[in-house]
Amino acid sequence: MFYREVGQFKSTYAADMAVFPIRQDRIGIAAMLAFAVIGIPLIANDFVLTSIMIPGLIFTLAAIGLNILTGYAGQISLGTGAFMGVGAYAAFKMASAFPQVNVLVWILASGAFSAAVGVVFGLPSLRIKGLYLAVTTLAAQFFLDWCFVRIGWLTDYSSSGAIEAARRSFLGVAITGPEASPLARYFAVLGLVVFLTFVASNLVHGRIGRTWMMVRDMDIAAELMGVRLLPAKLLAFAVSSYFAGVAGAMMVFFWLGAAEPSAFGISLSFQVLFMVIIGGLGSMIGSYFGAAFIWALPVVIKFAPNLVGVEIQSATVEHVNSMIVGALIIFFLIVEPHGLARLWAVTKQKLRVWPFPW
Amino acid sequence: MDLLAAIFVDPFLRMGTNPTFLIQVIWEGFVSGVLYALVALGFVLIFKASGVFNFAQGIMVVFAALALVGLHEQGIPAWPALLAAVGIMLVLAIGIERVVLRPLVNQPDIILLMATIGLTRFLVGLGEMVFGGEPKVMITEALGIPTGIWRIPLFGKNLVLKEIDMTAAAVAIAMVAFLAVFFARTKIGRALRAVADDHQAALSVGISLNRIWVIVWFAAGIVALVTGIMWGARSQVSFDLEVIALKALPVLILGGFTSVPGAIVGGLTIGIGEKIGEIYWGRLLGGGIESWLAYLIALAFLLFRPQGLFGEKIIERV
Amino acid sequence: MRSSLPPIEKGKPILQVENISLAFGGVKALTDVSFDIVAGEVRAIIGPNGAGKTSMLNVINGFYHPQVGRVVHRGEARTGRKPHEAARRGIGRTFQNVALFKGLSTLDNIMAGRTLKMNRGFFWQCLRFGPALNEEIDHRRKVEEIIDFLEIEHIRKVPVGKLPYGLKKRVELGRALAQEPELLLLDEPMAGMNLEEKEDMSRFILDIRETFGTTIALIEHDMGVVMDLSDRVVVLEYGRKIADGTPEEVQNDQTVIDAYLGRSH
Repeated sequence: MFYREVGQFKSTYAADMAVFPIRQDRIGIAAMLAFAVIGIPLIANDFVLTSIMIPGLIFTLAAIGLNILTGYAGQISLGTGAFMGVGAYAAFKMASAFPQVNVLVWILASGAFSAAVGVVFGLPSLRIKGLYLAVTTLAAQFFLDWCFVRIGWLTDYSSSGAIEAARRSFLGVAITGPEASPLARYFAVLGLVVFLTFVASNLVHGRIGRTWMMVRDMDIAAELMGVRLLPAKLLAFAVSSYFAGVAGAMMVFFWLGAAEPSAFGISLSFQVLFMVIIGGLGSMIGSYFGAAFIWALPVVIKFAPNLVGVEIQSATVEHVNSMIVGALIIFFLIVEPHGLARLWAVTKQKLRVWPFPW
Repeated sequence: MDLLAAIFVDPFLRMGTNPTFLIQVIWEGFVSGVLYALVALGFVLIFKASGVFNFAQGIMVVFAALALVGLHEQGIPAWPALLAAVGIMLVLAIGIERVVLRPLVNQPDIILLMATIGLTRFLVGLGEMVFGGEPKVMITEALGIPTGIWRIPLFGKNLVLKEIDMTAAAVAIAMVAFLAVFFARTKIGRALRAVADDHQAALSVGISLNRIWVIVWFAAGIVALVTGIMWGARSQVSFDLEVIALKALPVLILGGFTSVPGAIVGGLTIGIGEKIGEIYWGRLLGGGIESWLAYLIALAFLLFRPQGLFGEKIIERV
Repeated sequence: MRSSLPPIEKGKPILQVENISLAFGGVKALTDVSFDIVAGEVRAIIGPNGAGKTSMLNVINGFYHPQVGRVVHRGEARTGRKPHEAARRGIGRTFQNVALFKGLSTLDNIMAGRTLKMNRGFFWQCLRFGPALNEEIDHRRKVEEIIDFLEIEHIRKVPVGKLPYGLKKRVELGRALAQEPELLLLDEPMAGMNLEEKEDMSRFILDIRETFGTTIALIEHDMGVVMDLSDRVVVLEYGRKIADGTPEEVQNDQTVIDAYLGRSH
């Protein structure tokens, strides 16, 4: 009753092809944005900001990146963590070499380095597909892992082998470094993620996104429609790695404040992959759902038993978390391979006809 | 000039001046290659029979080893514990077939791959919860595996060979030989190959898919148990093994995903190649190149021969 | 795309296949096959199963590369060219086992056919609003014309995986048409259809030729369709050409009759 499209006729192709054709969806998105900009800062405390909102948004960006490569373009990648690392180290080097330039510029630029590395490791996709390509991305992951440890230049020869975010500001407000307030960092992250989601959504809804999906579904037919496969795949690698790189840079500058090479290891790659699978492959909003879900799950597991009066150890939390994530992946793949995004779409479908059953 | 000499001359000089050490390195590579081949074998078994790439093979190795050690810790003597561990792997195989494979029977490969990734995560959590996360010691002596050391004088130096390594090699080769014959000659082996080729066709000639899959996953579980025992005896039983199992991927790329002899050839190539690369050339790059050298070798291979040494060339039909 | 290439005069050859031999390992798919396709005609390629008909189309598309012989398209030899170039030179194609993009809707599948004609670069695509969106709308108009033409308005937004077989084939035809091809290769467009669907499809094929002037080469098993629709027929058997002429000539050729009846000759 509330979600009906009745009366919302589309009289132009533009209206029909809009990303959110239904008015209620547009209102919903506007409301969420308003809540994120105004509501959250009002009601959330520092803990929620630093441990839930900021990393959640950063992971969403990484998930969008991986979704573009694996969900839309169909090229499976197990190297997301390493590409995030490239962005982090690039941002660190540039910010320390040119401190006078706004750090936001460097964070956005760091993705370009990731993109370049992504393209190099994507070159084999000309001849290699599927599982074999996944092995190539593993090669990237392990090789870059080694680079992060061995190449001292990357950390400015720091003795700890870690990189740190120094104090940088924007419009007079400190946004990185120890003095930056959680709220300032939250707004920086929110702004960047919203902007980049806008760009990703545009790409995915237009010719380029369609080309990627053509390559994913049947690359032979795509080729016979005139698509040049290698450039299309490399573009997917480039864009995806760009997003991962920016997410990695944000991880260091806005969330952790510092990072060691192990932060960008293969477990990070798997974590982002799980977000994408559970959230829904090939869906922008799925990336949000997946990141939120995987990120919030340990918190829920930790606190939910307390509500019923049961004590639970933190080590057990981690184990139960792994089991639940693993079981859920299998569950989703059986029941709804398109993840939470499809569940959401189905729910909306039911809402359309509510209170009727169909 | 120096660099060129360092790449093309020095390593061979070092090999020549200390041949005992060279043979030692080759031996070490051989042994780790044999163990890689064992892990790869588990993958090959399942892939050959069901077309599924079982990402969880690595964690199955850890799980099997942990089960064995855990049972022994509870006071069960070694050989009964071994039998019980085999039983646990059988239960696991049946469980996986019912819960994961059967519902996903007609889905594309990428879905099944992701399901095994999910399975891996689940087993990691379960294993850590049940057996604890700290590394454990394998019950080598209790199982009767020889643990002595042979020192063989050669070219003026001593070649150090551990009995555990020799046992591992012998066991692995025996397994490979057994499985190769099994697939080629027996009725069940033929059925497994039929299932790998075409599920529906195999069903239509009366092969019970479910039973075959349980058999195959059980066999892979046994291979995992043997692998776990051997790996664990050489170092220790810990969840790190799970990531080492990812090394099996380059092995499979070299040897082909469906070839049992290929797993051995691939394993040995990667094992020996990795060791020699690290010892003789690794210092040029600061060491530690073992973590990615295997993947680089595999990648180079893929570019020239996408189907691996032993795999079948895929001709796409439109 | 076609506007950049001068149209071939009706009656002149648009494509020539010369002495094509194609083998996969030991299997000889085609042996010394030569024929031509003339602009504006409907050319049927027929023959018993396994005759190499689909392989022939794949060679024309540049998907398979023959060991011997060459394909001359618009006067230029096409040996060694990649598949995407066939599309760029105005060759469209449908497939025996419908090769639609399963994850996309009917509308998106047909829009996929417009890919070559969409030029707005990466920067505009990132922005979407403005030139990129206008381009999408322009092409959407053309695609809607094709949807009207093929009478598939009602399934516009349906994911093609859910469509019945007959409609899938029609969508695939729409996708090929979206390329505005000069030469359209149809691989068994009527396979698995009932009489009514075949009549619809035949009507569409003739309309395509009438309205757009497209040259059509089609592989087909239904003799009635072949006789009614085609101007000329080429007959393949075991990878060799055994007849080439008008439908009547081919129908009365003893070698052809023997081939279909399984008699050795």
